[in-house]
Amino acid sequence: MARYRSMRDFDWPLLVLMLVLCAVGVLQIYSATHDTGWRDAWWKQLIAVGLGVVLFWVISSVDYHTLLGQVPLMYGISVFTLIVVLVAGKTVFGGRRWIPLFGGFHLQISEFVKIVLVLLVARYLIELKSERPEWRDVLKLGGLVGIPFFLVLRQPDLGTALTFLPALAAGLFLAGMRWQHALAIMLAAVLVLPVGYYFLKDYQKARLVSFMDPSSDPKGSGYQVIQSKIAIGSGGLWGMGVTRGLQTQLRFLPVPHTDFIFSAFAEEHGFVGVIVVLGLYFLLLMQMIQNAQMAPDRAGMYICMGVAAVFLFHVLVNVGMVVGRMPVAGIPLPLMTSGGSNVLSTFMMLGLVNNVRLRRFVI
Amino acid sequence: MSVYYNEREREEVPVKPQFRDDLKFATGKIAFFQYLLVAVFLFLISGFWDLQVQNPALYNEQAERNRIKALPVLAPRGKILDRDGRVIVDNHSSFSLILSRENLKPEHVAAIAEGLNLDPDELSARLKRFKSRPRYEPIIIKEELTAADLAFVEAHRDAESFPEMELIHAQRRLYPRDDLAAHVIGYVGEVSENELNSPDFAKYEQGDVVGKVGIERQYNDILMGVDGQRRVVVDNRGRERQVIGMKEAVPGRDLQLTIDLDLQVVAELAMENRKGAVVALDPRNGEVLAMVSRPAYDPNKFAGRIRSKDWKELIENPDNPLLNRAIQAQLAPGSTFKPIVALAALESGAIDETYTVHCSGGASFYGRYFKCHKKGGHGTVDVHRGIVQSCDVFFYNAGNRAGIDKIAEYAEMAGLGHKTGIDLPNEAEGLVPSSRWKIRTQRSKWYAGETISVSIGQGALTVTPLQLTRAIGGLATGGIWCTPHLVKEGTHPAPARRGQLNLEHVADVINGMYGVVNEGGTGGSARLPGIEVCGKTGTAQLASNEYLKNAKLGSEMKDNAWFVGFAPRYNPEIVVVALWQEGAHGNYAAPIVRDVIKAYFDKKMRLAPPKSLVAQVPMAPAPHLPAAPSGVR
Repeated sequence: MARYRSMRDFDWPLLVLMLVLCAVGVLQIYSATHDTGWRDAWWKQLIAVGLGVVLFWVISSVDYHTLLGQVPLMYGISVFTLIVVLVAGKTVFGGRRWIPLFGGFHLQISEFVKIVLVLLVARYLIELKSERPEWRDVLKLGGLVGIPFFLVLRQPDLGTALTFLPALAAGLFLAGMRWQHALAIMLAAVLVLPVGYYFLKDYQKARLVSFMDPSSDPKGSGYQVIQSKIAIGSGGLWGMGVTRGLQTQLRFLPVPHTDFIFSAFAEEHGFVGVIVVLGLYFLLLMQMIQNAQMAPDRAGMYICMGVAAVFLFHVLVNVGMVVGRMPVAGIPLPLMTSGGSNVLSTFMMLGLVNNVRLRRFVI
Repeated sequence: MSVYYNEREREEVPVKPQFRDDLKFATGKIAFFQYLLVAVFLFLISGFWDLQVQNPALYNEQAERNRIKALPVLAPRGKILDRDGRVIVDNHSSFSLILSRENLKPEHVAAIAEGLNLDPDELSARLKRFKSRPRYEPIIIKEELTAADLAFVEAHRDAESFPEMELIHAQRRLYPRDDLAAHVIGYVGEVSENELNSPDFAKYEQGDVVGKVGIERQYNDILMGVDGQRRVVVDNRGRERQVIGMKEAVPGRDLQLTIDLDLQVVAELAMENRKGAVVALDPRNGEVLAMVSRPAYDPNKFAGRIRSKDWKELIENPDNPLLNRAIQAQLAPGSTFKPIVALAALESGAIDETYTVHCSGGASFYGRYFKCHKKGGHGTVDVHRGIVQSCDVFFYNAGNRAGIDKIAEYAEMAGLGHKTGIDLPNEAEGLVPSSRWKIRTQRSKWYAGETISVSIGQGALTVTPLQLTRAIGGLATGGIWCTPHLVKEGTHPAPARRGQLNLEHVADVINGMYGVVNEGGTGGSARLPGIEVCGKTGTAQLASNEYLKNAKLGSEMKDNAWFVGFAPRYNPEIVVVALWQEGAHGNYAAPIVRDVIKAYFDKKMRLAPPKSLVAQVPMAPAPHLPAAPSGVR
């Protein structure tokens, strides 16, 4: 069991920021669902946050070097579980991504695979023999991330699969990957994209098309974005007040407590509320980066930056989608979106960041 | 090395750094990441800035459109009542489906049409017609929804299916007595493109239901009312959550007609299925008591949008049920015109009471032989007997002496040849020929021989049943021709026209008409015990007898039967004209008039105050001729 100097080293600002965002999220979930069939979502969320705090503490207390040592095992379990989910998972909203737990709860495995992949990237990069990742390393690491990526893509859940990539990209970038390599990969991606589009599911194509032109399908995927933009716009500068957002309350806004929670929030709290909450997210991310800078070793730095990259990707894609600047990818806004798996995995990832901070004077 | 470092733990750490960790190599890259972070957040915030600060009004408006529906509240049309306040035309409750075109998706049209059993092409055409209207105005696409339609609408009006559908409550026109007085009342229908372009309908809008003909059209402004609007908040299932604005509909006003349902029913029954018309007027004030035209139609078929099959049937019917024969049939009046000719001849001094003619069954004028309807002739005939026996020869002579222009003068004084001014649309004028008319229209001189035909109500002369009713009614009241009208209050019919007549001459004509019914004249079947019914038959030819004989058309070209009657002889209260097209002889039309007059007096007796029944005070004997009819001063 690891020890750390004192509770003073515990990353209190990080935890406080997280809990404030969770509180905003719970309030918004309540407001968006209080007269719907999801009306108990807010206290389920509270329970998840409580559990998350416990996990945060648990993750913090195990030295991250120990966790890095268990990466091969965790990776094996992850891939195995993803295969199980694919074969026998519960289908919700057209995707197989859930495994049932006791008491009617379901776990979304892919959310936790993200954590394993952050650790995997860190572990791989600190064991590099050379100064910087060479072609061999890039392909090998890409392959390791690629296996769960394609398993999740098969669920099909493009959004979550994409969240596996930021950790990889951030890691390779920090490790000093040659820019020629990066360019080559990007070029390959551009060439592969049209082929990939061919393999996309119809709904995914529709989402992409409707992102380009929301009015092309105002009742389908575009419908959600249009309604979301209307909700945000009608919030104005100061918002319409809690439980007063008409787009949300009259249910024109789709899933206002999950993927589109931020547009419900923007409708009810306005531009000012948006600035405050995005500011909190910004501070949270800066705190993670600071922890990376102050990490005792490369491993800690890679972990913090991997988590920050995943987190930033979530915020960018979700908020960007809500505001109509990103395609509808269906990935949650960490800490605010109603959903146990995401809350737990987010707390665990941030637990890793705290873990690194706690040991910054160790070594 | 930290003081707190634990050796045992160190060994557990599996990953041994191969060189002293110096994070400086990453400093620049972490800084780059920070810049990236700032950029991402600026990018996101700019999105919110655009939506929430730059143009929130745009999205507010869209939000309103999302959740606020403006639903029309249809104003019910006013009821139409008879003179005693009994309902002739009513409304009934129904549901109509409206389509909001703002968020209508073209691909939904076919599905909606199918769900509602509508013809998709017709629906598309209808939508096209409304292109010119602002898109926020919803349009009615189906009325009188059935239970199945309602179920379809309820199940499909959520935000994901067809949110453009909306139900509204409507008061639809109901004509509870089917075709009773159909031509008087007319019918309603959606305002047509042509009507919208005409100045009369300029104030209406596409989709409005307006009166098309009859009273419904004439008094549309009174009956129609003003639609209101309800602004409601709906959720994405289309359910109403809240009413945020209500502009009440102003219902149309009820309209009381001068029609007496009792008389109308009797007249309708008396006509049976004969082709023709009946008009009953109160000659003292011009109130129309009954007006029938046969064949009739069921105005209920028009209450919605008439089905094209029904419409085709109506307009292709050779008997033209849509024609209101009472005001639109222009026919030769035949012998019913003779009282006017007699009056013209007496007033102009062409003849007097002592003037007689010998009728031997015909007479020659201007080189042509004109027959009398009685082969053997009537013998010596004066004006009284001329009217009673309807002797053609007498009137050939009387008319010839008076001349066409005197006949025309008195005919026009009686209101023939002009619209009567009744408060119904599309009234016909009829035609009173005169020498001026001939020069004007045919650029030729009037031949005296033509006067002979006009003298017995043939030739170019045509009248409508209403014109004839009014003409005889005015004559019977001593020369006061009131403008016929169907609505008592709130309207100002043109004032009565008074003719400067010698009342003795009027009495001569009236007494002749009394004789027609009561002295063995041609109209004996109109006689009523206890009531002094006066009348005149008319048997108007559609073509000359010679033509009939040659063409051997026989019954296919039967004469039109006319009868005009009024009662009582002095101070007449009712004048009735019956036209039975192809009824062969005027005497056959007389019972129709008799029935209506009888119904009038039966009702009057029934309604008379009981006091007069108890106090059997002998009435003063009726004043003898010449009697000044009431109203003449």
